[in-house]
Amino acid sequence: MTNTKYRGLAVSLAALVAIAAVPDANADEFTEAQLQRWQQQFMDVVNEGRRLWGTEGLGTNRLVCGQCHPNASNTHPETYPKFQKQLGRVVPIWEMINWCIRNPLEGEAMNAADPRMIALQAYINYERRGVAMAPGKH
Amino acid sequence: MSKFNRRDFLKGSGLLAAGSVLPMSLIELAFADANDNFSFAYISDSHIQHIRGTQFVRNWDRGLMRAVAETNLLDPKPDFVLYGGDIAQLGSKPEIDHGLELLSGLRYKTYFALGEHDYYLDLGEYWKSQLGPHYYSFDHKGVHFVVLNSILTYDDWINKWPTPMERMVTMAGLDNPNGSPFMVGEAQRAWLAEDLKRVPKETPIVVLSHSPLQKIFRNWNFWTEDAEQVQALLAPFDKVTVLYGHVHQIQYNQIGNISFNSAMATAWPWPYPSTYAQAPNLMPKLTVPMNRADPFFERDATGWQFIDLHSGNADVSYNLYDNTNRTVAFNAQTGQPQDQMYQGEDSRIPAQMHY
Repeated sequence: MTNTKYRGLAVSLAALVAIAAVPDANADEFTEAQLQRWQQQFMDVVNEGRRLWGTEGLGTNRLVCGQCHPNASNTHPETYPKFQKQLGRVVPIWEMINWCIRNPLEGEAMNAADPRMIALQAYINYERRGVAMAPGKH
Repeated sequence: MSKFNRRDFLKGSGLLAAGSVLPMSLIELAFADANDNFSFAYISDSHIQHIRGTQFVRNWDRGLMRAVAETNLLDPKPDFVLYGGDIAQLGSKPEIDHGLELLSGLRYKTYFALGEHDYYLDLGEYWKSQLGPHYYSFDHKGVHFVVLNSILTYDDWINKWPTPMERMVTMAGLDNPNGSPFMVGEAQRAWLAEDLKRVPKETPIVVLSHSPLQKIFRNWNFWTEDAEQVQALLAPFDKVTVLYGHVHQIQYNQIGNISFNSAMATAWPWPYPSTYAQAPNLMPKLTVPMNRADPFFERDATGWQFIDLHSGNADVSYNLYDNTNRTVAFNAQTGQPQDQMYQGEDSRIPAQMHY
């Protein structure tokens, strides 16, 4: 146990020394390459969300999200969480996405952490970029 | 259910379902010569969607069935029905057949316009075999009606797809950036010019098209590429009304002598272009939007229209479900269509704010 701990510490120290030796890798500085990579990672998920938005597989009756919500409009992600009068409580937007999947799309609700649910939210929010946050707004 | 029985069922259920709820608060007008007046119903955008086998999307079926049942109850009876296009979702024979079967419950002569969802699978061949030419005109009680196919597009785009279904699905996606703008096209404009030659300038003209013959929002094809050229052909006439579908929402406008009125869908409502924050739009300032739809009431913000054509101008009564009905009537004093309840800035309601 003790040996393992020391070995871990030694590895960490070695890593710190290695990082300190590379000027670009300071924790509070982002390189252009890093920023690009992170944006790309995000956009990959947005694009997956866009793909799912027009894909029949989320439900059972061939409806797609984009039929009623072109460009994810009328989804109002900036207003969530909000009191959803039809549900009688404050909900995050993924619960409304599940409502749509269960009802108009006649499908199965997803887990909040389902990568598809994350992708749908990434896409919805991306299409709403630049709009002021308005939690609770009706 | 056989075709005959289904039709009887529709008629019967219509009487039962709508008898108590169908609002008949349709406007009455005083006319110089009552014989000149007539009305017609206007149904559009049913998007009948095939799932598999004999299954179709229930929600869209119900919207069309309700519109048919209620239209049959109109009193006074309309002279005919205009159908604004998009019977089908993906243009297939089963979808068009099923849509026409539901529409066969109508007790009135029905004139059809072609929508892009009816067209881009087989370029309107099956639709034509069932309903006739893609564009035509007719006269009714002193009014000249023109039905246009306004959802054509560039030949290069039409011919570039490996399969007809890829072409159909691309055009069916309203926000699909690989789609292509709608147009009436040169050949049809030449036909229209010829058709209008024999019509006296004081004859009221009503044009039925699927897309707006005005430019509102190109991203979603609330747009006709050659709108100005078509408007120029209509400009010499005293009174012109353009009725269009496609937009699944209440819109109205006045450009010169031309009044524009849209139809709601029987299937589902669409957001107003202003709700897409990433692109500018040319929404007519005159339009007071319909209420934001409540998705928990699946017929909310869908419906059909009843049109009173008096003195050659249209008064459009929007028969909205789960919302107060609206009437957009031509105001002879201001020379433009106006909502009878909400037109004034101070008479708007919070639900009409879209974001």
